[in-house]
Amino acid sequence: MTNAVEMQNVTVRFPGVLANDQVNLTLKQGEIHALLGENGAGKSTLMNVLAGLYKQSSGTLKVHGQPVSFNSPKDAIAQGIGMIHQHFMLVPTQTVTENILLGLDDPGFALNLPRYDQKVLDLQAQFGLHVDPAAKIWQLSVGEQQRVEILKVLYRGADILIMDEPTAVLAPQEIDELMNTMRSMVALGKSIIFISHKLHEVTAVADKVTVLRKGVVTAEGISAKGLTPAKLAQLMVGREVVFSVKKKAQEPGDVVLSVNDIHAENNKGVPALRGLSLDVRSGEILGIAGVTGNGQSELAEVITGLRSCTGRVIINDEEIANRPPIRAIESGVGHIPEDRSKVGTAPNLSITRNTIMKSYRHEPIGNGWTINFVKARQEARQLKDKYAILAPSVKTPARNLSGGNLQKVILAREISTRPKLLVAMQPTRGLDVGAIEAVQTLLLEQREAGAAILLISEELEELLSLSDRIAVISHGKIMGVMPVEEADVNKIGLMMVGSETVNN
Amino acid sequence: MDPIIILHAGLATGTVLLFATIGELITERAGILNLGLEGMMLIGAMAGFSTSLATNNPWLGLVVAMLAGGALSMAHGLVTIHFQADQVVSGLSLTFLGTGIAMVFGEGLTGQNPPTIPVIDIPGLASIPWVGPVFFENHSVLVYVGYLLIPAAWYFIHKTRPGMHLRAIGEKPEAADTMGVNVYRLRYFYVFVGGCLAGLAGATISLAVSPGWYSVQTTSGQGWIAIGLVIFAQWDPLRAAVGSYLFGALRRGILDLQGPPTLFGLTNPLYVNSNWGFFLQMTPYILTILALVLGARAAAKKRIGAPAALGVPYIRGERGL
Repeated sequence: MTNAVEMQNVTVRFPGVLANDQVNLTLKQGEIHALLGENGAGKSTLMNVLAGLYKQSSGTLKVHGQPVSFNSPKDAIAQGIGMIHQHFMLVPTQTVTENILLGLDDPGFALNLPRYDQKVLDLQAQFGLHVDPAAKIWQLSVGEQQRVEILKVLYRGADILIMDEPTAVLAPQEIDELMNTMRSMVALGKSIIFISHKLHEVTAVADKVTVLRKGVVTAEGISAKGLTPAKLAQLMVGREVVFSVKKKAQEPGDVVLSVNDIHAENNKGVPALRGLSLDVRSGEILGIAGVTGNGQSELAEVITGLRSCTGRVIINDEEIANRPPIRAIESGVGHIPEDRSKVGTAPNLSITRNTIMKSYRHEPIGNGWTINFVKARQEARQLKDKYAILAPSVKTPARNLSGGNLQKVILAREISTRPKLLVAMQPTRGLDVGAIEAVQTLLLEQREAGAAILLISEELEELLSLSDRIAVISHGKIMGVMPVEEADVNKIGLMMVGSETVNN
Repeated sequence: MDPIIILHAGLATGTVLLFATIGELITERAGILNLGLEGMMLIGAMAGFSTSLATNNPWLGLVVAMLAGGALSMAHGLVTIHFQADQVVSGLSLTFLGTGIAMVFGEGLTGQNPPTIPVIDIPGLASIPWVGPVFFENHSVLVYVGYLLIPAAWYFIHKTRPGMHLRAIGEKPEAADTMGVNVYRLRYFYVFVGGCLAGLAGATISLAVSPGWYSVQTTSGQGWIAIGLVIFAQWDPLRAAVGSYLFGALRRGILDLQGPPTLFGLTNPLYVNSNWGFFLQMTPYILTILALVLGARAAAKKRIGAPAALGVPYIRGERGL
């Protein structure tokens, strides 16, 4: 077997950052090679070098044994290397076929799309990746969009595929489909580099594993057979990782949040919540399980005052529904929103400004008129140390932080206000194991401190390990609530599709 | 108040707006907002006029006008694409720069009479009743060029490979870049195309539609109207044509309203007191604002509208870190 790709001593330097330090990676013909590492470990950077998007500062690249030098993605494509990016590189207003043809010399001048639609259909049949070639990208689901990305590189005849965290955006069934596609592509002679930080996926699908930590290789091309998630996590993080955080037994206190028969519409004007009711008590985590899009986002927004509704939302005996968000904040609601980079933080503002977004209204940081930035920076530095936020300084803009560190900024801000109720929406989505552990530990600390926590998550394992009770949401209603001791994956799964009701 | 005369003249005046609007539309499709349209049009009007005066060749005047508009647009390209500066500020500065240059070099051109672009009939088509006299008779060659430009621009944007790349770099430049499309080079090119068409629009005034050089009054704000029309047209050449000709007819109709002493058997207030005419002349600008508001609302409802990356400089690798 020949080597499809050899990267030798590749070093990538950005101003002030050493992103990859003397990295070696060898991809054999016909194998699935997992590239593993925490966020910010340099996985994407390394792969962008291989895809011709960045240029290495030093080191050599060989493709099929021949030394190559890439100046643009076009050069990499010419060598049969195609990258499926984590953030889809698709033009939303163009059709599937147009996106696939982007950058090619054929068609010549006139597009003649129907002819190429047929070629795309032929390719789809070959690999079992089906999506309507005449559909516009914005009309497609996330899983379908990913198929377009894969078709894009296959259409170019790529035999080396780089997949940058392809599972991060997919639902569980879609992940299974993707893994089947990967196996069939390898069976047809393709070689795949698969970036991930989900350990069970790596052990499920990969042949070989290379692990990066802070730009340095900690395991080079080891066989994936017999590797345990614990061993991989240790290679990634550099220390033992606690997989299930320990929850102390404690009795819940009084009801903090009481939601009664609320109805609300989503952004498209369609009913999203239909008569939903629930209670959360002090010192308890209520987990909300459900398939995305069943009203979870709207529920979080109604409670935090961001969406209007009918019905009653009572926090500590105060009516919050349809009041401005400031009322929710002042009655002690902390909010960890779903979209951490657009809603949770202001990307262009510094860590300092992002951390004082709630505390600036009160002494010592603000007096209602001016902001004391000396105090603000002191506070931000303390929070940065306490929550182990990795950044050059508190002046760093939020947009330069990795997902885990960004989430820590949000948690630092919300927790430092000592919330009575914490609404956490997908708090660990897209984070690596180290960051997940940190976020989960912080949530449990708040539980012990007596906060009521509404945890909305798609990760059933996370819900089962953190929650005291689990409520299942489907079509904007709670299908049933159960103590976590009585919950199991099958029962929850059935309720998620709306077929069984269990009363608490 | 003969409708045929108003429509006929409206097409001629509208041709100026058509060139400018389609040029700006193409530039914006590439993701670059160029508010310097008025300046580029003035430069084009002046350069075309003086070239025709010096060489007695109005065709050469058109070529020089386009190159002059294109050259000025490259200043905007350099500032916004290479240096990634704010496109609004750069575009506004370009208007001042273009206006200034045109006024300096246009000094002394007023009152001159260089050869202009010939006026012709289209044989055959001109004899169709109603349609012929409005569309195909007694028009400058440039008006007919305008007719051809509309479908050509539409076909190019929607049905060709370069047009597909044009749409991609304005909607999602990083997607185009990763597929090997040179975003920077193409953006320069389409800024240049927009500049050339703006120069052509200027020369269409000074060498065809209302020949002469009247300093800043030559364009009299039509560049700004064209910017409004791009939004009204929702970045589509066919709608741009409708808007351009409509505004052209409106401009002409306003002039005609002030002519006769009586209108529909009543005394014409505009004839008696010419001051009323000033208010009437405001209507195209008021309508521009209305078109902007309505256009924006319509675009928000549908999934069409401004290219997603309009006004956003493209910096490769910004996301990677």
